[in-house]
Amino acid sequence: MRLVLIGVAAGFFSALFGVGGGIVIVPLLVLAAGFDERPATATSLAAIGITALAGTLFYAYHGQVEVAKAALVGLPAAAGAVGGAALQQRLHRREISLLFSVLLVAVAVRLLLL
Amino acid sequence: MTVALAAVGLGLAAGVVAGLLGIGGGLLFVPTLLALGLGQRHAEATSLLAILPTAAAGAWSQNRYGNVRWRAALVLGVASIGGVIGGGVLAESLPEHVLRKLFAVLLVCVAAQLAWRAWRSS
Repeated sequence: MRLVLIGVAAGFFSALFGVGGGIVIVPLLVLAAGFDERPATATSLAAIGITALAGTLFYAYHGQVEVAKAALVGLPAAAGAVGGAALQQRLHRREISLLFSVLLVAVAVRLLLL
Repeated sequence: MTVALAAVGLGLAAGVVAGLLGIGGGLLFVPTLLALGLGQRHAEATSLLAILPTAAAGAWSQNRYGNVRWRAALVLGVASIGGVIGGGVLAESLPEHVLRKLFAVLLVCVAAQLAWRAWRSS
């Protein structure tokens, strides 16, 4: 039941913001469903495959998906994801989390100024 | 051309972060696609398609490390479809500049949450 609620919340965020929903799934799997970090991130990626497919179909129906540009960022990202998963097995994630959060704040500031 | 190369680089970086943290693909895809000249809604829609190969590759390689719990992933994924429809309808009804501001707020919230979790786990 918890998983169903987490899934619905993740799907809502995913379609509203064009993100996978991992930002919702990973912390909730850890805090509310007792997952460890690694299974949580891995399971989240698998779930996101279904979520993103549903979101893509929704927006494709509205004619807003640009396939060539999706390939431009999505295909290199697929290669990066394999590398990232390999790194995760041996890297301490704390520094990366902190660095990534600084990057996100910088991007947010830029978007707000646009 | 320069912009396209930067997009490929950012895509690669987004993938590494996604594989590493299990999040982050779309959070970086959307700003990248905005930089390529897409509007907020087209950027979000296109980001979702770009997430597909990223999530598939990430899940495939995490599966090799035995980390994926497939039953839970299936329940989460199928349940998310209901949320997708709700979120999509809301996104279609909001003006794009509001959607963009909300997205920026989301980035700050995610940053705070990541920093907090990193802090706590130390």
